[in-house]
Amino acid sequence: MSLIQETDYGTPASRAEKQVTLTVDGKAVTVPEGTSIMRASMQAGIEIPKLCATDMLDSFGSCRVCLVEIEGRNGTPASCTTPVGEGMVVKTKSDRLDAIRKGVMELYVSDHPRGFGEKAGTGASEFDHVISLVGLAENRYGVEGRNHVEAHGGIDGVAPGHGSLTIDYMVKDESNPYFTYDPSQCIVCSRCVRACAEVQGTFALTVEGRGFESRIVASMDENFIDSECVSCGACVQACPTDALREKAILEKGMPDRSVVTTCAYCGVGCNFKAEMKGDEVVRMMPYKAGKANHGHSCVKGRFAYGYASHPDRVLTPMVREKITDPWREATWEEALARAASEFKRIQAKYGRGSIGGITSSRCTDEETYLVQKLVRQGFGNNNVDTCARVCHSPTGYGLNTTLGTSAGTQDFDSVEAADVMLLVGANPTDAHPVFASRMKKRLREGAKIIVIDPRRIDLVRTPHVEAAYHLPIKPGTNVAILTGLAHVVVTEKLYDEAYIRAYCDWDAFEDWAAFVSEPRYSPEETARVCGLDDPELIRKAARLYATGGNGAIYYGLGVTEHSQGSTAVMGLANLAMATGNLGRNGVGVNPLRGQNNVQGSCDMGSFPHEFPGYRHIAIDPVRKIYEDLWGVKLDKEPGLRIPNMLDAAVDGTFKGIYIQGEDILQSDPDTKHVAAGLAAMECVVVHDLFLNETARYAHVFLPGSTFLEKDGTFINAERRINLVRKAIEPRARYADWEATQELARALGLDWNYTHPSEVMDEIAATTPTFAGVSFDLLDREGSVQWPCNEKAPLGTPVMHINGIVRGKGNFVRTEYIATDEKVGLRFPLLLTTGRILSQYNVGAQTRRTGNSAWHEEDRLEIHPHDAEDRGIRDGDWVRLSSRSGETTLRALVSERMAVGVVYTTFHHPSTQANVVTTEFSDWATSCPEYKVTAVQVSPSNGPSEWQLEYEDLSRRTRRMANVEAAE
Amino acid sequence: MTMERNDTEIATRTLAVVETWRDAEGPLLPILNGVQKEFGYVPDEALQVIAKALNLSRADVYGVFSFYHDYRDRPAGRHVLKVCRAESCQAMGGDEMADRLREALGVDWHGTSRDGAVTLEPVYCLGLCACSPSAMLDGEVVGRLDEERIGEIAAEVRA
Repeated sequence: MSLIQETDYGTPASRAEKQVTLTVDGKAVTVPEGTSIMRASMQAGIEIPKLCATDMLDSFGSCRVCLVEIEGRNGTPASCTTPVGEGMVVKTKSDRLDAIRKGVMELYVSDHPRGFGEKAGTGASEFDHVISLVGLAENRYGVEGRNHVEAHGGIDGVAPGHGSLTIDYMVKDESNPYFTYDPSQCIVCSRCVRACAEVQGTFALTVEGRGFESRIVASMDENFIDSECVSCGACVQACPTDALREKAILEKGMPDRSVVTTCAYCGVGCNFKAEMKGDEVVRMMPYKAGKANHGHSCVKGRFAYGYASHPDRVLTPMVREKITDPWREATWEEALARAASEFKRIQAKYGRGSIGGITSSRCTDEETYLVQKLVRQGFGNNNVDTCARVCHSPTGYGLNTTLGTSAGTQDFDSVEAADVMLLVGANPTDAHPVFASRMKKRLREGAKIIVIDPRRIDLVRTPHVEAAYHLPIKPGTNVAILTGLAHVVVTEKLYDEAYIRAYCDWDAFEDWAAFVSEPRYSPEETARVCGLDDPELIRKAARLYATGGNGAIYYGLGVTEHSQGSTAVMGLANLAMATGNLGRNGVGVNPLRGQNNVQGSCDMGSFPHEFPGYRHIAIDPVRKIYEDLWGVKLDKEPGLRIPNMLDAAVDGTFKGIYIQGEDILQSDPDTKHVAAGLAAMECVVVHDLFLNETARYAHVFLPGSTFLEKDGTFINAERRINLVRKAIEPRARYADWEATQELARALGLDWNYTHPSEVMDEIAATTPTFAGVSFDLLDREGSVQWPCNEKAPLGTPVMHINGIVRGKGNFVRTEYIATDEKVGLRFPLLLTTGRILSQYNVGAQTRRTGNSAWHEEDRLEIHPHDAEDRGIRDGDWVRLSSRSGETTLRALVSERMAVGVVYTTFHHPSTQANVVTTEFSDWATSCPEYKVTAVQVSPSNGPSEWQLEYEDLSRRTRRMANVEAAE
Repeated sequence: MTMERNDTEIATRTLAVVETWRDAEGPLLPILNGVQKEFGYVPDEALQVIAKALNLSRADVYGVFSFYHDYRDRPAGRHVLKVCRAESCQAMGGDEMADRLREALGVDWHGTSRDGAVTLEPVYCLGLCACSPSAMLDGEVVGRLDEERIGEIAAEVRA
C-alpha cells in the first residue's frame, strides 16, 4: 500500500464542448476550450511550478511562478490565467523562465523560515516541492531587514498600518484543536481565503492590510476558534506551505501510505484518503475523485476520527448475569456462546418470536444484510428493524407510494443545475455541511431558495446567501403548508399538464387537484394553521417553485419525524410531479439522509416486512429466492418494529435482542419507555464501539469495529454505493460482519463468508436493483448509484427519466391532521430537536474528539420574548418538561427561534432530550415524532430527578469486576 | 451564536449610515466612510453591524477596512498631522523634519499624544512635491516644512 497522490491540475476543468489543440514543449495536447495552459500542460504530463493555483479553486495569478512563453506573444504570461488557443505553441522551460522563477522563489525564501535556516513545518509542502522544482540553491537577499519570521528584531521599517513600529511577526494560532496557523510560513497566496469562499462558502478568512503588511487573518483578526471558521479543513488542504497544517501531521510526521474510503458520519458519503503512518491514521484527506464530495469535507469527516483510538473503546467482549452485576471480561468464544445459548433458551421458553435484532445505519451494507439474515434465517422470524425507523422510514413509504422507489431521485451534482431549491425541515449547513457548500455555491451563482423551517437556519441568511422566502411554520404543520403550496399551484394553474398527462395517473391528479383546491387549503387558511403572518408569502413561494425553472426539493428529518411524516413526503412528491420537476438534471425530490448508511440499511431489508430491495416478505416468489438460498422456511408474517419490540418486552413476550451499532436508549423517543422495555428482557446483546447508554441494560457486550477497520460499502443519500476500505486491522479482533458471522455460527448456522465482497455478491444475486453491483465494479468506477443492473450497468444518477418508476406517478391526497401533541396551559411551548455542525447524533463519536471544543453541552434555544416571560437569561439553567418527563439544561436566548418554539440538540447523554419527547409517531411507519413536543420551560437550579437517578444507575451498571491482583 | 444586539448606540448610529447607502452599488466603501465620519473612527462593533446588514462575513468587511490606511480603528487626537514620507520629501530632508516633529510633539508614527492633542501619521505623497517636505494638518496642507513651521504646528496643536 502506498500513498495515493492525486494530480493537481492547477485550475478547474473547463466544461466547454469545443476542443482546442495546442503544443506544450513540442507535445500536442487537446483540451476543452477555456482550459488554462497550466491545466493543459499537466494533462500532457508537464508540470509547471505553481504556488497560488490549485484545481479546486479558480485561477488567481498572484504568485508569478507559473510563467510560460508563448510563440508570437510578448512577455511571460501566467499559465494559470491564460486560456489555451488553437495552434498555440507554449514553452514551459527556458533560461529566461528559469531565471524569473528562481528570482521569485528566492524572494519568497528570503522571508520564510527556510531562508533563516529554521526547521519549521514538514519540509514536504508544495512550497518545498516548488523550490526543488525550480532548482533554487541560494538566497542572495539574506535575511536582514523587515521580515515575518523572527519574533524579535526586524523593526527598522515604519509601517503605515496599525500600531506604531511594525512588528511584522505574528504568533502562531493554535486555538483550533486540529490545525495550526503559523503566519511566519505564510506566503499570502490567498489559497486559503479562496478555498473558504469558493469551496466552503463561509468567507471566514481575509487578507488584512496591504503590501508587506498583508496577512491572512480569520474574521476580524481573531483566533480561528473564535472566528467565523467552521473548521472544514478546506484552507488547510489548500495551503501550499506549512502555514496551515494539521497538528497530527506536525506531531507525527507525513503519512507513508493511504487507502480511499468513505466517511462514516452523515448521509453525504464523502470519500476520503485515510492516510497512515505505521498502524495509525494520521490524517483524513478529502478525495478529489469522490463523486459525492469532489474533494471537500467538513469538521467531522476531516478531523473527528480520534474516537477510533479513544481509551473508552471496549476491545474485549464482556458478560454478566444481571444488569446490576459488574461486567466481567470474556473471550469472544465465551461471549458468543452465552449469547447463542441465551437466545436458544429464550426461544424454547417464550416462543420463536420472543427475540429479534436491530441493524445499524452506521454499519456497512454487508453487515446490515447479515444481521437481517441472522434474524430471518437463524431466529426464524422477521423481528428485525433499524434505526432508520426513527428517521427516514417515511421517506421510503412516501416516495414508494407516489413514485415507486424508496429513495431520492437525483445525484448531488444535480444541484448545479437547480434554479429554485425548496428546502423543508433540513439544516444542511449543520447536518450535511459538504452538500450545503454545494448548495451555497449554486445560490451564489443566482439560484433561489425557499426555506420552510420553524427556525431561522443559516441558509435563511448567511454571508452571500439569502433565501427568497422563509416560511417559519409552527412545528407539526408541514402537511398543511405543502398542501397550501399545492393549492396555489393548482388554483393558479401553474402545474405542468403535459408532464402530468404523459407520466402520471391523470385520474389521481384530478382527484388530488380537487382536494387541494378546497378553500380550507387557501393561503389564508394555511397561514392561520401554520402560524404565518403573511399568506402572500405562500403564494409567492409556490409561484417561484412552480415557475422559476428547475425546481429541486431537499428535505430532512424535519419532514419525516412527525405524526404525518409519510404524508408530508407524499406532499413533496405531489408538488414535484405536478410541476414536472422530475426526471432530469436539476430537479427532483431529495431526502438528506442523516446517517452514513441509512439508505443502505433500508435497502438491505432491515424492516420487519421487507427483504432487501424493498420487496414485501409476503410475496411468495421473493421469499422463495431466499428460502432456496438459505435452506430454511421463512416466516411470511411481518415481525415487530422497534417500538413494538419494546412494548412486547414490557408485556413480557419479547425477551432477547441483538443490537448492532445503535444506542436506542439515547436516540429513540420516550427514554423511560425504552429503559423499561430493555430492563424487562433476559438477554440484551449490545454490539458497539463504546459502552453506550443502551449497554447499561445489556448482558453481553460485543466490541464493535470502526469504519477504518473493515471492508464493505455504505450507500449515501443519492443512492451511491461507496466502498469502505480497511485502513487498519480490527482492534477488537473482529470486524462487525465477522462478529455477526461468529454469532450465527454459534447459533448453528453454516456461514462461511471470507470477505464482505462475497456478501455483496449474494445481495447482487438476490436483489434486482443491485444485480450489477460487485466490489470489482465499485473498485473500477469509484462508486455507482443503484439501480445498477443490465439496464444501467454503471448505475443511475437521476431516476424517473422518461417515465416514473412506478409506471404512472401517483398523486395522493394529503389531508392535514394536527398532531395529538398540542400546546396547552401546562405545556405552552413547542419543542423541536436537531443537530449542530460539530457534533453527530448521540455524540458517541464526536464527543470523544476535539470537536467538543465547539459544543460541550446541549443548550435550549429560546426566543427572547419567551425567555423574558419566564425570567430566563442567556446561560441560565432551565427545566424542560413535557408530559413524558423532564430534564435540565442551559438556555441559549436566540432570535433564530419563533416565539412559542424552543429547540435543542441531543448530542449529550447527560441532557437526555428524549426523556421529554413523546410516544407519538408517524401513522404509516411508526417514525417517532421527535420534532414536536409540547413543553414548559422554567428556571431551575440543577439536574432533574431523572438525571440524578440516571447518574446513579450509570454508575451501578457500568462497573467492572475487580481483577484479582497477581500474587 | 449568542444574541446579537442591535440597540447599542454604536449599532444604532451605524445602521443609520448603512440605511443611507444600502441600495447603492458597492455600498461598503461609502458606508465605511460614513461611519468614520460619524464616529471619527470605525469601531469594531460597527464592522460587525455592517457585515450583518450587508450579509457579508466579518472577514469580508474587515479585509476591506484594513486595506485602506485612512480608516482608523480607534479615535484620533483632536488634531491629525500627516507627514509625507515619499521620495521627493525625503530628498528635501523630510526624514529630519519628521524626526523633529516626532520630538516636538512627543509622539511616534500612528501614535496619539498622551494629552490627546495630536495624532501623527505618515502619508505617501500629498502631491505637493514642489513644496517638499510637506505635511497636512487637519486637512490643510503645509509646504516647505522647516524649524519655524514645526514650531507653529506644535503651538497650534497644543492650543
